Amino acid sequence: MFYGFTPASRLMLGTAGYPSPALLRDAIAASGAGIITLSLRREGGEGAGFRDLLRASGCRLLPNTAGCHSAAEAITTARMARELLGTGWIKLEVIGHADSLQPDPFALLEAARVLCAEGFEVFPYMTEDLILGERLVEAGCRVLMPWGAPIGSGQGLRHAEALRAMRAHFPDVPLVIDAGIGAPSQAMRAMEMGFDAVLLNTAVARALDPVGMARAFGQAVEAGRLAHEAGLMPPRDMAVPSTPVLGMARLG
Amino acid sequence: MISVLGQGVAGLCAATVLAERGLPVEVIAPAAEPLPASSLAGGMLAPFCEGDGAPQVVVARGQGAADWWGSRVPGVVRRGTLVVAAPRDAPELDRLARATTGHGWADPAALEPALQGRFARGLFYRAEAHLDPRVALDALRGRLLASGVAFRDGPPRGRIVDCRGMGAAPDLPDLRAVRGEMLELLAPEVRLSRSLRLLHPRFACYIVPRGAGRYMIGATMVESARLGGVTARAVVELLSAAYSVHPGFAEAELLATGAGLRPAFPDNTPAIRRCGDRLHLNGLYRHGFLMAPALAGDLADILTRDPAHAD
Repeated sequence: MFYGFTPASRLMLGTAGYPSPALLRDAIAASGAGIITLSLRREGGEGAGFRDLLRASGCRLLPNTAGCHSAAEAITTARMARELLGTGWIKLEVIGHADSLQPDPFALLEAARVLCAEGFEVFPYMTEDLILGERLVEAGCRVLMPWGAPIGSGQGLRHAEALRAMRAHFPDVPLVIDAGIGAPSQAMRAMEMGFDAVLLNTAVARALDPVGMARAFGQAVEAGRLAHEAGLMPPRDMAVPSTPVLGMARLG
Repeated sequence: MISVLGQGVAGLCAATVLAERGLPVEVIAPAAEPLPASSLAGGMLAPFCEGDGAPQVVVARGQGAADWWGSRVPGVVRRGTLVVAAPRDAPELDRLARATTGHGWADPAALEPALQGRFARGLFYRAEAHLDPRVALDALRGRLLASGVAFRDGPPRGRIVDCRGMGAAPDLPDLRAVRGEMLELLAPEVRLSRSLRLLHPRFACYIVPRGAGRYMIGATMVESARLGGVTARAVVELLSAAYSVHPGFAEAELLATGAGLRPAFPDNTPAIRRCGDRLHLNGLYRHGFLMAPALAGDLADILTRDPAHAD
């Protein structure tokens, strides 16, 4: 599914902001996630203590370039990640605006071209723009990660119709909803819409009970995928009685 | 004889309690030792606030810290903790209210007139306190010396109680460093009387008054063992956060910056570990001044119960 790797679960979990690494470990286990992301920009080479704990989770690690504001910064961070973790996977995140954390599509494409050419397997964090998606695929990306809503906002799928259009436009590219998911129902909706996976962090890390919330998200993602595969009934404008209306009893 | 290694908050609290219980104690203090991480701490004694994230044991046992320090060192200020957030981050306040106990809603300006017109509401943790870590550590050292406890370099003579923080990492494989960065400002035009926390999804900070217009602004939490100076980013973030609490901080004089490594176990909970004969008191994370007294008490219990450790 993702560059030849099929995780056991369609939930991906970010690892920032948990009360402790021990709770993070328990949350990962409860969520069933098979892929976890980690940031390197600020921690650098000396963050080995925390990285070792993440490795021990048994999950596939997806390093990210969170906190990078230019293509050059993101490229440097990706190279550092490959060196430190021995993986060519990189979740490419180039922030365009420090306040909204909206991705910068131009710098993203620039960085994706460089990194794909260097053999990285790039997971680009992007807006739901179709042309940007095409260009990223053209650059060599085999996964796209459109945002649900701004990072940490918990707003869910803010542009659901645009995301639906994106799903239809890229039927054969794995699409992961990344960021903005605040509630299991939102993650489930993304899965019902046919997205391949969901990546989230804050909603679990900042829950009062991160382990319980991780379990809730794991089940929501699984239920949403099952519903998608089972074929959801299309909504209708009027009621459709499940019993015939002819011959209804006249009371009184 | 018991030899306490390390003279940060863990070592000094351990030596103090052991000496108070009448056990023979020495503190091994190499001359070239770097300043302990605890000398850079905020000094907040905020067991209830810490309940957001910290396990219940920290909330419960940390409640004795203000009394413990107050009866031993000068400068413990018991005026509570005020927590505020910018209007657009109001959900963070509601979240903290749900995540913690020991608080009530308050009008920030009624508690701190300097905040007039700045925040519509705040959470007030009445029972909390703060102290100045360097004053407190110096005072503990002074008390120990006065009671005849020796501070010396050289090989330990007795049972080892290891309180060296990250210095003990080679013996404690699951101990990791969590880097913290702080600033000290002189801002005489800002008049705050109690410790204050600003909630923000990314740039949270706390402001601890140190008297005479001085303030400690802290502290970053980075999963890194990098030593070395404060980063520009930390300075920018902490100052922006402080400025958003009170614009007077823009005119402050930057007195000092500091960066240190908090020792932490995977559950971020301070603990006593036994390694052969040696007892470790470590992993104080961000709870040094809050938890060291309670753990020092546990340590003394272990050593008095088991005379093999105290001979």
